[in-house]
Amino acid sequence: MGVVVADALNPSNVRSRRAWEVAAAVPDPEIPVVTLADLGILRSVECDDDGAVIARVTPTYSGCPATQLIEQMVLEELKRDGFDNVRVESVMSPAWTTDWITAEGREKLRDFGIAPPVKASNSIRALFGETAVNCPLCGSEDTERISEFGSTPCKALYRCRTCLEPFDYFKCL
Amino acid sequence: MSDDLFRYVLRLADDHLILGQRLGEWCGKAPSLEEDLALANIGLDCLGQARALYTCAGKVEGKGRDEDDLAFLRPEREYCNALLVEQPNRDFAWAIARQFYFSAFMLPFWRQMAKSGDDDLRAIAAKAEKEVAYHLRHSAEWVIRLGDGTEESRRRMIAALEELFIYTGELFEMDDVALAMVSEGVGVDASALRDEWRRTVDGVLAEAHLAAPEAAYDQSGGREGRHTEHLGHLLSELQYMQRAYPGLEW
Repeated sequence: MGVVVADALNPSNVRSRRAWEVAAAVPDPEIPVVTLADLGILRSVECDDDGAVIARVTPTYSGCPATQLIEQMVLEELKRDGFDNVRVESVMSPAWTTDWITAEGREKLRDFGIAPPVKASNSIRALFGETAVNCPLCGSEDTERISEFGSTPCKALYRCRTCLEPFDYFKCL
Repeated sequence: MSDDLFRYVLRLADDHLILGQRLGEWCGKAPSLEEDLALANIGLDCLGQARALYTCAGKVEGKGRDEDDLAFLRPEREYCNALLVEQPNRDFAWAIARQFYFSAFMLPFWRQMAKSGDDDLRAIAAKAEKEVAYHLRHSAEWVIRLGDGTEESRRRMIAALEELFIYTGELFEMDDVALAMVSEGVGVDASALRDEWRRTVDGVLAEAHLAAPEAAYDQSGGREGRHTEHLGHLLSELQYMQRAYPGLEW
């Protein structure tokens, strides 16, 4: 991704890497078990020769109310770590997709009780053909959708017919 | 070119702000908790799309107006949304019919727009297309459920689909602004989407065992700022805070 490869001889690259680590560790405000890096929201962190840091983040859903808060949190965390000159930019293109959630991020979601997106795809045809969502609690495939829309724009409500527990499903986008 | 582009983007932004506001009116009083969440979520998507579009329009206009200036400080006649989206929530079936007609249009529209020569519009479209797929599926399911449901739900679904139908023709109108945008390789030829829209609508209505409505005439005017009586009332609520306390910030 856009992070400059750290080079011990080049101080600005060391700073870039540190800035990336700080921004990458910021938790998602709605689902704090995953970080911005886990979700693939953090697109790049660059450090220019003057020491200014530019962090680029991408919104998930157009209407996600957390987008602004995320930008603010990145700004604050970088400042707390000693980066004085920080700018956070929002990049729209290419559009975020649930494909960018890392394998680790998917596991963290499942451990938290949220079923990760079923199939990795940015095709809208996949949206209409969504098949079995496994229960994140007991692993059963016998689940049903209660509502297409859940507690946040990125989630749908499901119920497991085996263990009878309701759960959130992170929708494919 | 830039004046046409400004107007073109503003129309899209207005469509989504006004529809988002209408959907938000259901918050706390939808027929069920799941529907409350669903309509609020769809409204949020619309609002998010509107924000990106207003920001883009402000940039194109180049007069320093931001998303808030464009949303809160324009009078009714300067709003150029389609009449369909400002129609009130007479009942739940109206909200569903309005959403169904609009989303069935926006899905192919955004798909085309995702190939636009304009970077901002292309980016907004790529995201919106995937969101609208959800909106269309949600509203189509309700058209079937209500249309093929009880006698009462069927009566209401038919009434909503028929009464709102006269506002659908406006979605496909191509005036000088829209034509200019198509020839610039920026806009979408909406008139070319009519057949696909009709197929989507007819397919869902057939599943709901409903007859496809026919419009006796098309009511339009929204793109030039000639609105139905409903928009003014909506704006009075939407813009109240900025009108009462100009420049107020959170």
